[in-house]
Amino acid sequence: MTSRKKAAGNDLDSWNLRLYVAGQTPRSVAAIANLKKFCAEHLDERYTIEIIDVATNPKVARRDQIVAIPTLVRKLPVPIRKIIGDLSNTERVLVSFDMRPRT
Amino acid sequence: MPQRSTAGTELAKCPTGIAGLDEITNGGIPRGRPTLICGGPGCGKTLFGIEFLIRGVEQGEPGVFVAFEERPEELAQNVTSLGFDLHRLQKQKKLFVEYIHIERSEIDETGDYDLEALFLRLGDAIDSVGAKRVVLDTLETLFSGFANEAILRAELRRLFRWLKDRGVTAIITAERGDGALTRQGLEEYVSDCVIVLDHRLSDQVATRRLRVVKYRGTSHGTNEYPFLIDKDGIDVLPITSIGLSHHASTERVATGIADLDQMLAGGVYRGSTVLVSGTAGAGKSSISAFFAKASCERGERCLLFAYEESPQQIVRNMKSIGNDLSPYIRNGLLQCIAARPTTFGLEMHLATIHKAIRQFSPRVLIVDPITNFFSVADPKEVKAMLMRLVDFLKMQQITAVFTSLTSGGHALEATEAGISSLIDTWLLLRDLESNGERNRAMYVLKSRGTAHSNQMREFVLSSHGVRLIEPYLGAEGILTGSSRVAQEAKESWALMQRRDDTERKRRGIERRSQEIEAQIAALRLEMTAETEELERLIAGENAYERKVSADKEVMAISRKSIAKPAASGRRLGMKRRSVAS
Repeated sequence: MTSRKKAAGNDLDSWNLRLYVAGQTPRSVAAIANLKKFCAEHLDERYTIEIIDVATNPKVARRDQIVAIPTLVRKLPVPIRKIIGDLSNTERVLVSFDMRPRT
Repeated sequence: MPQRSTAGTELAKCPTGIAGLDEITNGGIPRGRPTLICGGPGCGKTLFGIEFLIRGVEQGEPGVFVAFEERPEELAQNVTSLGFDLHRLQKQKKLFVEYIHIERSEIDETGDYDLEALFLRLGDAIDSVGAKRVVLDTLETLFSGFANEAILRAELRRLFRWLKDRGVTAIITAERGDGALTRQGLEEYVSDCVIVLDHRLSDQVATRRLRVVKYRGTSHGTNEYPFLIDKDGIDVLPITSIGLSHHASTERVATGIADLDQMLAGGVYRGSTVLVSGTAGAGKSSISAFFAKASCERGERCLLFAYEESPQQIVRNMKSIGNDLSPYIRNGLLQCIAARPTTFGLEMHLATIHKAIRQFSPRVLIVDPITNFFSVADPKEVKAMLMRLVDFLKMQQITAVFTSLTSGGHALEATEAGISSLIDTWLLLRDLESNGERNRAMYVLKSRGTAHSNQMREFVLSSHGVRLIEPYLGAEGILTGSSRVAQEAKESWALMQRRDDTERKRRGIERRSQEIEAQIAALRLEMTAETEELERLIAGENAYERKVSADKEVMAISRKSIAKPAASGRRLGMKRRSVAS
């Protein structure tokens, strides 16, 4: 567990997150808020967040094969992970990012 | 529910451009609505979708292909062998391939979501080429990409509504499920038109089949239609219907009946379609057998489909009217295929005919009779099938002879009217009943592009073959058979009588003129005699006068010698002279 955290910690500088939303829907707004909260709590500010509005430019959705909204893409560290949904369940996010063991 | 654009009562249709399919669906799939294409793996769903888009581009309707399974490069590669160049169409901005790939292993779900990005990407793709047609291949892949089925189903429902609102004609492909049309029950969202593709073995022959399971608000062929995937794409088979672009030959082929050729100004055009219709026993099969004979005599292969008689029976029966077909069967120019029409369904018949044509490559095809198809399918389907058959035959420049049984009723006449538009030359055989006899008569009801005879001929079958005799046309109408013979005898007797009369009159007049000639000669002779007599009289008178005058002279001289010659005497002499002259 510790080693895992350390491993994650070693890569903290390169956390690169993209959040795809579509307009200012309640779900999108919630996702943005949840992501910011998650990062603040778990990533010690060593991360970059890019929020992309697919509604204004649908073409960018093709870049990361986005189908569902909202989708959070972790470009770095590898492997690429995608989490779809409003990120309301922090535990699930941690599991997805391998910060918690999968059950 | 958003408002649908169903202003008109008639359902607008979008021709798919796929050979044969538009005939089955009477014009295409519903325009501006989604159509579901389902089938098992490898049955041609993707190709169906691609061809729908390619044909759309050809008709000026750009399209979007949403690929959930294959990468665009793979897709383009796979259809290159079918002559479809996706890259070129993409460059020309007539086709957009939207590749949607969901890698389940790298996705987790937490909380609520929707598929708005899919809608936006699709919307962008449609806008970028101005698409009128959309293919989603295979939408069900989404079910393996997302865990929350409730959200997915709600989103799919929204997607179909959205597609309708966009007014695009969409094809959604889906895997066929066990006992259901699709594995995920997509048919519940697509309610207008469902087409099932099938690829199955029967008698060790794999046949691709297509069936329109459902087509709301329109008639359609409900049978399974075999189809092929060949170098030209999908052909809903067995007979492709490519339309009326066939070559029109000006060559005429003999019908095998000299009198008929004469009526048709030398025969029928090669590649044309001849219908011989008539009541039972009117001689339809006989006429078609003469077609077969003529074809074989030209050295051209002839294929005969007999749905009423066995080949041996045909040969025996035709021999009785002086048409021995057995040598042609032996040397392989004539092939007879006999089957009971009820043995197969309509499509299987068509498949059989098609296959036989491909194998035998005949120049003349005879189907005797087509009316038997009506016992296995409804007239509309038979007409559609015949239309495809005729189109195919015309493309191949095969002259076709169909026979058709008519009965006294109106139903079959209506049927014939239905197929008459397919027919180039229509020979109608009739039975004429009169004076306790039944005689055959034939006339050319129509013959496109031919100054054909308008006469009704008596059709006489004998051991020497067929003759078409000009019937007696008189005040009592048409006389045939023994009435005609009697009438003809009567006429020839009358003619003889008239000839006799004339001859007699001619001879009488001749005699009269000879008599008159003789009289003229006699009179002329008489006149000559008279003239001679007159001349003789005049000559005698003259001689007499001269004699008298001379005598008087003498007398005067002698008187002078006696007396003094007096002037009066001279005067007297002169006076007499003047009297005499």
